Amino acid sequence: MWAFIHKLGSPKWFYAISERLMPWFWVAAVALILIGGVWGLAFAPADYQQGNSFRIIYVHVPAAFLAQSIFVAMAAAGFVFMVWKIKLADMAAAVMAPLGAGMTFVALFSGAVWGVPTWGTWWQWDARLTSMLILFFLYVGVIALRGAFASRDSASRAASVLAMVGVINIPIIKYSVEWWYTLHQPATFSVTSRPAMPMEMWLPLLLMVLGFYSFFIAVTLMRTRSEILRRESSKRWVRELVGEGP
Amino acid sequence: MPRVGEPEGGVMVAIRATLRRDLVLLLRRRSEVLNPLVFFALVITLFPIGISPDPELLATIAPGLLWVAALLAALLSLDGLFRGDYEDGSLEQLLLSPQPLPALAMAKVAVHWLLTGLPLALMAPVLGIMLALPAGSYLVLALSLALGSASLSLIGAIGAALTVGLSRGGVLLSLLVLPLYIPVLIFGAGAVQAAILGAGVSAHLAILGALLAVAMIFAPWAIAASLRISING
Repeated sequence: MWAFIHKLGSPKWFYAISERLMPWFWVAAVALILIGGVWGLAFAPADYQQGNSFRIIYVHVPAAFLAQSIFVAMAAAGFVFMVWKIKLADMAAAVMAPLGAGMTFVALFSGAVWGVPTWGTWWQWDARLTSMLILFFLYVGVIALRGAFASRDSASRAASVLAMVGVINIPIIKYSVEWWYTLHQPATFSVTSRPAMPMEMWLPLLLMVLGFYSFFIAVTLMRTRSEILRRESSKRWVRELVGEGP
Repeated sequence: MPRVGEPEGGVMVAIRATLRRDLVLLLRRRSEVLNPLVFFALVITLFPIGISPDPELLATIAPGLLWVAALLAALLSLDGLFRGDYEDGSLEQLLLSPQPLPALAMAKVAVHWLLTGLPLALMAPVLGIMLALPAGSYLVLALSLALGSASLSLIGAIGAALTVGLSRGGVLLSLLVLPLYIPVLIFGAGAVQAAILGAGVSAHLAILGALLAVAMIFAPWAIAASLRISING
């Protein structure tokens, strides 16, 4: 077990194993998103209340799922880095942050677009949109903190601490924002308290969520690989790999 | 007779010493204590000028305004929390001391709250009068601010510790800390609103207390870890 973890922590070994794993995740991501997207956008029945505009859910919900999962994954990687000093975990955390911020933005943007047909406005201080916005600021904070340090080691450790502080706060923020929202603006139209989705609407959504997760894993593997090459550029195996003489 | 190199007294002695030292230092630099208060009063002055002097309108937004302004004033004072000690090297001595760093950091945060959060809470009712805050909510305003600003000091100290080594950490500090302040703001301003509406405030104050308890458990460790990062980096 420990030998396996040590091996996994070695950038060289990870570089080799991820090369074999990555294509599978890309295939899964492209296939699932294509099938789920076409099914959800073209073949799933229109919602009886919202008509076709509900189809934004097939982008909005997977992006929102991913936005929260990536923050947790980033904090977990930060924890691994802080406790066991595994540099690979920090490389993964570093490349996850911009992707997570991007997903949060996608969720916010698709939420705003969805707001036009349902609420008649681009922005409403809805509990979910508000906590998503705060999550976006948390991502920006982690990215900005990492960029502010001159030394990479300090930057990594500072970003790890902030990610862990953030992940403890996310549920607190989420619930307090929900509480605040119910107090100030009783929900006139709730997207979620609809009757349970019929199967033919729900299945494409599941495919899209799985597809987005595969996409996240594939992109993280790919970007971690380039981060390995960048950070380990002075190591012999990297120089041999990129074809530079010793 | 203690052996050479072994600290005399326990952790309580160290905490007391840190408390006394920080109190004396801050009380000798009075402007650092007064500036957040002046800032608080100034920001509150801006709102009637910017929005409207109509007392009815002001009364409806007063709880939120007072809380946001106090929160920003507390935020403003955070940059100096570790800055002076970092620059003259005494922060390194604090890290080298054989006493647990989280406890010492907690003592520093306690002084910060005593000379920033508590004065802000005591001053808020006066500014509340100027914003035509409805009667009956003044005590709750002061109480919620006193309780909430302790959490603000603890959470903010994490950000201050993370950015103390950076030459221009001020804006970054607010970027890191403000999202984490939102739950405290919600329940703090909510307590004052509830008092105005005549609803019970004990639930809000209890949640503020719960937030403070959680912050007291986790923040000292995060502050200590962040200080070590800033010093060793």
